[in-house]
Amino acid sequence: MDWAWIGDHLGAILGRTIQHIQLAGIALTVGFAISFALALVAIRWRRAYAPISGIAGILYTIPSLAVFSAFIAITGFSILTVEIPLVMYTLVILVRNIVAGFDGVSADVLEAATGMGYTRRERLTRIELPLAVPLIVAGLRLASVSTIGLVTITAVVSDTFGGLGFFIKERPFFLTEVLVGAIPSILLAVLADVLFSRVQRLLTPWSKRVAQPLLPEAAT
Amino acid sequence: MDLLAKVAAWFANPATWSGPDGIPIRLLEHVGISAVSLLIAGAIALPIGLAIGHTGRGAGFAINLANLGRAIPSLAAIGIVVPFTQALDPELGFSLYPTVIGMVVLAIPPILVNAYTGIAEVDRDLVESARGMGLREREILRGVEIPVAMPVLFAGIRSAAVQVIATATLGAIYAFGGLGRYIVDGVAQNDNGKLFGGVILVAALALAAEASLSILQRVLTSPGLRRAEPSSAAAP
Repeated sequence: MDWAWIGDHLGAILGRTIQHIQLAGIALTVGFAISFALALVAIRWRRAYAPISGIAGILYTIPSLAVFSAFIAITGFSILTVEIPLVMYTLVILVRNIVAGFDGVSADVLEAATGMGYTRRERLTRIELPLAVPLIVAGLRLASVSTIGLVTITAVVSDTFGGLGFFIKERPFFLTEVLVGAIPSILLAVLADVLFSRVQRLLTPWSKRVAQPLLPEAAT
Repeated sequence: MDLLAKVAAWFANPATWSGPDGIPIRLLEHVGISAVSLLIAGAIALPIGLAIGHTGRGAGFAINLANLGRAIPSLAAIGIVVPFTQALDPELGFSLYPTVIGMVVLAIPPILVNAYTGIAEVDRDLVESARGMGLREREILRGVEIPVAMPVLFAGIRSAAVQVIATATLGAIYAFGGLGRYIVDGVAQNDNGKLFGGVILVAALALAAEASLSILQRVLTSPGLRRAEPSSAAAP
């Protein structure tokens, strides 16, 4: 280990860490908004679920290097080249978990709510949404871990991007720099996992266990 | 469309199909390394996962391993290995070795965890009746638990296979061949025909692997259990 190199590059390491979190954060926010809308469509019109989930699943199966590289030719070296694929890879995880969350609300509860005079909209926001929260957060947890991993691969787009992945790729034979990229990127993913478990406990103090997300096939 | 014409021209060029950088060789490299890595990972992960599922001992280990495995970015899995293997062998240590090691490391968790959950979820009454009928532990595992757990077990292998094919593509960021070569070289040479040709080939391979393994899973699952296929097991 070359500690002197690390000491000389603390500013850059901090900057790349922040960039890593930003790139992942943008993707998760936009991905969640799109997924939530898609999930609501799928819940309202049941027949839409299979095609939405199926197409998102196919997109998820395509290796990420291929998708990032393809977007270099389409959107150049802009941030869109990074964010469009990152958002795309969150969809299947989030849509399936959000829908599963709503599906998990029992029919008796829904009937009771209707019987108490809730309108459709009130029932959705005050009854179904809180009960769906554990799986929705579980989906966000999985999506955040996956997105943090994928951000490292954006280093192939250009040196401007990549977050901590920049250090993994810049000089492959220089162990210190590779580790400076790899170890914090793993720690970020673990941190996100722990953070979202906590969030779920805070939001749903009545649930005893942390809900486990539905896992799609892996994207890399 | 200009792009479509470029891609078509790339596929139509005889040079694309011949020599060490031709599609047949690159495809063979990609599929070969993926299959070898998957076999190595399976040979390590399946016995451990089955043992944990059967005995119930080490369940915590399996779950932690799964979470850790998911947290390792695939570029990091290959990247960390490069400085070490490259010091041992400047050529293969920068291409084949780190790619294979990274792929095996990433493929172990999904296979192990699904083997464990699949077996652990088998109805205990079923296992007890098998034991009551005088089956030995090994026979219970082979004759009862594995067949019942097959869909979940196989979902893990499928998930690992898709991951492995994607990771093999990343090997091209270093010096590994495979279909990822066309993508990395296409970007470097500003050759969109080659780039998108590579993208199409890689995507097609991943989807074909996923589809053919789904079919294999159906065939291997006993007819009585063939109703719904879980896409993957939820880790407890």
